[in-house]
Amino acid sequence: MANIITTRNVRLYYGDHEALHGIDLDFPKNQITALIGPSGSGKSTFLRCLNRMNDLVSGVTITGSLKLDGKDIYSPQTDVVALRKKVGMVFQQPNPFPFSVFDNVAFGLRLAGIKDHKLIQERVETSLKQAAVWEEVKDNLTDNALSFSGGQQQRICIARVLAVQPEIILMDEPTSALDPVSAGKIEELLLDIQDKFTVAIVTHNMQQASRISDRTAFFLDGKLVETGSTKQLFMAPKQEATSDYLNGKFG
Amino acid sequence: MDKIKRQLTSSSKATRQDRIGKLVAFLCTFLIGLLVVSIFYMVASRGLATFFKDHVSLWDFLSHQNWNPSQVGKDGTPEVGALPMIVGSFSVTVLSAILATPFAVSMALFMTEIAPKRGQKVLQPVIELLVGIPSVVYGFVGLTIVVPVVRALGGGTGFGILSGTLVLFVMVLPTITSMYVDSLRSVPGFYREAALALGATRWQSIYKVILRASVPGLLTAIIFGMARAFGEALAVQMVIGNASLLPHDLISPASTLTSVLTTGIGNTVMGTLPNNALWSLALILLLMSLAFNLLVRVIGSKGRLTK
Repeated sequence: MANIITTRNVRLYYGDHEALHGIDLDFPKNQITALIGPSGSGKSTFLRCLNRMNDLVSGVTITGSLKLDGKDIYSPQTDVVALRKKVGMVFQQPNPFPFSVFDNVAFGLRLAGIKDHKLIQERVETSLKQAAVWEEVKDNLTDNALSFSGGQQQRICIARVLAVQPEIILMDEPTSALDPVSAGKIEELLLDIQDKFTVAIVTHNMQQASRISDRTAFFLDGKLVETGSTKQLFMAPKQEATSDYLNGKFG
Repeated sequence: MDKIKRQLTSSSKATRQDRIGKLVAFLCTFLIGLLVVSIFYMVASRGLATFFKDHVSLWDFLSHQNWNPSQVGKDGTPEVGALPMIVGSFSVTVLSAILATPFAVSMALFMTEIAPKRGQKVLQPVIELLVGIPSVVYGFVGLTIVVPVVRALGGGTGFGILSGTLVLFVMVLPTITSMYVDSLRSVPGFYREAALALGATRWQSIYKVILRASVPGLLTAIIFGMARAFGEALAVQMVIGNASLLPHDLISPASTLTSVLTTGIGNTVMGTLPNNALWSLALILLLMSLAFNLLVRVIGSKGRLTK
């Protein structure tokens, strides 16, 4: 099974403070990898290394090797803009732009320089269908995206990422601001699209991780404690810390 | 028994304080409201006297070009054509806003997006200082620098709409900039993050997302700037030339509603037609600032809907 992203000995420093202590984690193609662990364990920070969003934070240094399709993500030759088109991201809070639904989903396509209106229309429709929100917005594509509910907004944001056709989608607790029904819809759509995309999802919800992910990685205090197939990790954790966390002894 | 009853039925200290607070707040609000209403009444009653008491037709007032209220024209009606001043006021207002907007947008972007730290340290105090300079100083600088430069470059006397526009440009620039800075700061940071995560460059995220999201704020800022330009009297009066003629170009002397008001109001007798005609000009000014305010509100409520 091919790994689309491989990371070796990733360390991240905020100034002098080391926040990630040498992470080795691989993301197999077309699988959902869940990153679990208590707050402050570094899973979101690690996720944001993968599309270089940490570049926006001043004072951050990252060492180690992070490779996408065998190419170094942090090499000086890397085109960050092109990288972020390959590595899409969905945030914790739904963050659609204050434009129409159509303009939101078409945003990335227009950035990529696609002028063909018909192609844009097709892609917008496909993406909204993939994000399981088409039925709810198809009659209101010109309405402001912010006039929809939180769950719908988050699915519009997912459609916005899907439209660019990234290879891997990073999701930073995409359902934690949503009600259970909306969260369930997003879980379903993730299962539907996983044959086309690779997904890395940070979640606090262990049931969610066990329902949707193929592989799970457990983070604690900036270290990767254990990683393995979701079934193995949940049923027979090798480390005591993992078992304690899964059983609710802390976190 | 009686004592308990009294205690239970009389209001507590907190309730009494609450009542007093409400009363004071209500009185203050009422006073301010009364003030606004009486200003409107005052200006309207005098300003409308031109039309009702002196029987000048409103259309003539707005469309005629001769302003000489103490004289009677050939057709037997007083010469109170306010068109030159109306055109003058609108010209300097619109031109200075058009001139100032690109500068204000660049400065605001520099302060919020490009160099927030330096912008905060250097430009913020500069802008606050510019707002605080009294208008007579602007007028004086305009008179001693702008007017001679315009005279040297464009010919004529140097007084006129161009000089007025240039002086107003400096005066409305800080207004538009500081208001637009506030509106840019209120654009949530996650729009920027989302745009970058989709593969936008920094510049693309600024002009495709942040500028677009802040358009209502920009319009509000421009209108506030225009309201300031429209109402500015002293500085404009010093550089525009004060000739009540319909302006044919930008470098010949002209006048605005405010400049005619400040020059004329001391030289007329209360209750006479020349005085009433000036009040009518003031009424136009007041209605225009009301219109600017309404426009800001309309844009504001539209902006909220799209947020």
